[in-house]
This record gives sequence, structure tokens and C-alpha cells, in this order.
Amino acid sequence: MLEDFFNVVKKRFNDTSDDDARPTVKCPRCQSPILQERYEELHRVCPFCNYHGRLSAQERISITFDKDSFHEINADMISADPIEFPEYPEKQQELRDITGLSDAVVTGVGKIKGITTVAGIMDSRYMMGSMGSVVGEKITRAFEYAAENKLPVILFTASGGARMQEGIVSLMQMAKTSGAVKLHSDAGGFYITVLTDPTTGGVTASFASLGDIIIAEPKILIGFAGRRVIESTIRQRLPEDFQLAEFMQEKGFIDMIVDRKKMRSVLAHLLELHGCSAKEV
Amino acid sequence: MDEKKTAWERLKLVHTKGRPTIRDYIPLIFDEFYEMHGDRLYGDDKAIIGGIARLDQTPVTVIAQVKGRDINENKACNFAMPLPEGYRKALRLAKQAEKFHRPVICFIDTPGAYAGIEAEERGQGEAIAKNIAEFMTLRTPVISIVLGEGGSGGALALGVCDELAMLENAQYSVVSPRGFASILWKDASREEEACNIMRITAEDMVRLGVAETIIEEPLGGAHNDLDKISENIKEYLSLKIPEKCKKDIDVLLKERYTKFRKIGEFTEHPVLPRISGE
Repeated sequence: MLEDFFNVVKKRFNDTSDDDARPTVKCPRCQSPILQERYEELHRVCPFCNYHGRLSAQERISITFDKDSFHEINADMISADPIEFPEYPEKQQELRDITGLSDAVVTGVGKIKGITTVAGIMDSRYMMGSMGSVVGEKITRAFEYAAENKLPVILFTASGGARMQEGIVSLMQMAKTSGAVKLHSDAGGFYITVLTDPTTGGVTASFASLGDIIIAEPKILIGFAGRRVIESTIRQRLPEDFQLAEFMQEKGFIDMIVDRKKMRSVLAHLLELHGCSAKEV
Repeated sequence: MDEKKTAWERLKLVHTKGRPTIRDYIPLIFDEFYEMHGDRLYGDDKAIIGGIARLDQTPVTVIAQVKGRDINENKACNFAMPLPEGYRKALRLAKQAEKFHRPVICFIDTPGAYAGIEAEERGQGEAIAKNIAEFMTLRTPVISIVLGEGGSGGALALGVCDELAMLENAQYSVVSPRGFASILWKDASREEEACNIMRITAEDMVRLGVAETIIEEPLGGAHNDLDKISENIKEYLSLKIPEKCKKDIDVLLKERYTKFRKIGEFTEHPVLPRISGE
């Protein structure tokens, strides 16, 4: 009987049928293998550890906003080369071609369950979602637009931090965007931050930490300094859960952790609780 | 003013032993200084000091990052790398200044905010973000001066101001040249190369709209003549503080917002040169 069992296992192992040839991905958190199509079906949520994987801006828009309700603004803005960094323009052209994005954030106006909101969605595929002139300007304009039109703002953050290739100009985007958040806030505007994987560096130290309500997706990375930097400063290994959403909530920096499948409905309810409604813009 | 030096040569100067620190400057620039401690939330960070001083006849609030003059002082002030409670102390004192209509003077001199477990646990990102946002609308004049190193968000947390001045050899950067080389090229030993392409000198800051003024250093650097450099800093402040205090605060705040609002270089409606396939 045991032999039979081994044979079955062996057969499965050697089986080259379609079933086993289907591509798998490894969960970046728990390392479990997941069938690619299953992973996509789950909108990139690991069925084993509930890590919420990275989405493109387009995917995020399609699972968050009412069908065809999202209208992008400032879509054609592209970065100059403020510190004349070697090969920066070429690198960007290449990424624009691959991703179809103009830079690391898409901003616009859309509806969630009928409620109108300004939104920004960062995309980590574009230079790790780093913030340079374009990210700074688009986010600033989004808040200014929202303040002027008395609309709420929802930002989905995903960023490695400042865009090194723009030097000090990228650092200044932290001040510029935070100033715009403050302007919107002082005008009574409602701002929800949804932290997604990863939210770190200069983005954590600016608009990502300034939401009226700060939501995070499960198991994602949130921090100011990178793990490697800290490990090299303190010369010891950090615990596995360090800087994960659950850890940051425990420390008091996250209001709620929300599963992707419930996000749309939670956002709609929060908007409604703050008196937001449908508006034609 | 010294003849042109490379960014790397300036960085070496800034790291010269004996480069004056805020502790050297305070008695020479201000008439009195009462240091105030703690953020009222957690503790008293030693990498940022703050207090009330008198500039000429005007009471001012001084907030400054502290470098040590030797290894023991540096250990005590954590090499000028603030913890979140340092930034929260700074904000508390800035708010106090706002209440009592005192202008705020920030002295920046840090390699960056501290990167460590306790810094993350206590919300380094949140502390910096909050300072940046709150200083943007602080209803009193704010002048910042970079004394030596202005490293990253840890510097910007004291750098949202009406006017920024740089000492002649001071530097302001998105990350330290060493960090830059290690992030972009995975090779920290290319520090000098990074330093020279990052555009981090006082002149770069003026050209990029980040700083308004360069304060001249004595020949060979600030350490060569402490009295002279202190005099230059004081002269600058004595000119600027009354000038900003005279301005209507709403106009000042609008100008402060615009100063940062306009930094960034991009194009719209771009014509993309596409090399199409056959």
C-alpha cells in the first residue's frame, strides 16, 4: 500500500500534464509557492499568509473605482533631468515604454460606490515608486484641486522613497507635497492614506504619514529607514515582523489594517461618514 | 571667499576636526540663551537642542542640530542624528514661538535622522512629516541655516522656512554621498564620485531654488576664524529677521508655500521622440 502511495507521488512528480506545468509564483513574505493564476484571481493576495502583493496602478484603479469612473489628470507630465544625472532620461524612457506610465504616480478623479474622490495611485514598477519632480507635482496638484473643489483625497502609497537621480530636488518634493496636504486639511478636506507595499523613506516622512485616517494592507512593509540600513547601523539582525503593517499598528501609527477584498467598501463607508457624496466635476 | 572647490573638497572641510558647531556659535551670535528640554511625550533628544535667545534686542526661538566636537560629545549627541523625540521637541518649541510671536531660527547640521529600531518604533517618518507640514503654516517667521551637513529628511524637518542660507562650504543632499553610492551603485566606496555629481554645494542650492543666501566663510573654512564666521552669521540674521518680522504674516506664509511649490523640473505635453520599428 505504501508502495502504491509512493508510485502516486512519483507519478505526480514526473507528470508533465498541463496541471503541473502551470506557472507558480513564490509569496515574497512566506515563500510559499502559489499558482500564478490563483494569485492573480486573488488580486495578488497570498492565500497562505495574507501578504498583500504589489499591484500596478491600473489594477488598483480597476478594483477600487466604479467602472469607467476614473479620469486621469496631468497624464502627460514627464520629468526633466534637474541634476543632469547620467542616463536618467534614457532610463525613464525605457520605463515609460515598459509600463505605459509617465512616472510613478497616476492621479485623477473617480467614484467609489458613487462617491466622488480625488485619488493618487503609486506604482512601484516605475523606479520603485520613488518621488521626483513629477510625483511631487502631481500629488501637489491633486491636493490643490481637491481643496478648490471641496473633494476628499485618497492616496495609495507605494514607494522606496526619494528619487536619488533628482538629488535635492526630490527631497524638496516632501515639503511641496506636505504643504499641499496641509492646505487641503486646513480647508477642511478629508484625506485617507492607504499604505501598500512598500511605503518607505521620504514618502513615509511626508504625505503618507499625514492622512486623517491611515489604512494599511496586511503584511506590507512600512518604515522610514530601510531594513539593511538599520541592520548595518546596529549590527544585528532585525526580527521578521519588524516594520510590517501589523507591527506599525501595534506601535500606534496605523488606524486600521484592511483586506484588499474589503477595501472598496471600507473606503466608501469612510467617505460617507465624512459627508462626501457624488459630485460632477 | 575661497576659490572654487569641488563638492568633495568641501565635504572634507565640513568633516574637519574643529569645524565649529552650534555650541560654539550660540554665545557669539546671541546675547542670552535659555535651553528648553523635552518633547513632553517621550524624552529629551540630545541631537537637537532648542531654547529662547535674544538676537540684538529681539527674543527668538533657536532650534539646532548638535554635532560633537570630540568623540565623547558625539556619543552624547548621537553624532547629530535625531530621534523622533528630537523632531517633536523642535515642533513643540516652534509652536511656543508661534504663540508668543517669536521668530524661529533653525540651524541644520546632521548626516540624517537616526536609522535604528527605536526610531522606527517611535515613528521617525511621522515625526518628520509632521514637522514639515506644520512648519509650512507656522504663523511666525522661520529662517534656516545649514552649518555643515544637511542630510536628507532629517535636515528638511528643520528646513521648511521663509529663507534658507548655506554656509559657504555646507552641503544639503537627499542622502549622504556614501548612502547615494551604496543605493545606486551598490558600492559605498564610490563616495567621492557620488559627491561630485549629486549637486550638493551651496551654489547648487541657490541655482536650484533651494537656498537664497550663501554666508561667506573665512579663508580655508569656518574653523580658521570662529569670530569672523559667527559675525557673518549674525550679520545675516540681524538683517533678515527684522525684514521677515515686518511682513504681513499671511503674505509671508503664501511666499513660504510658493518657495517650495515651485521646486521641481518637468515638462507637459511632451513630444516624445519615438524610434518606431520598421
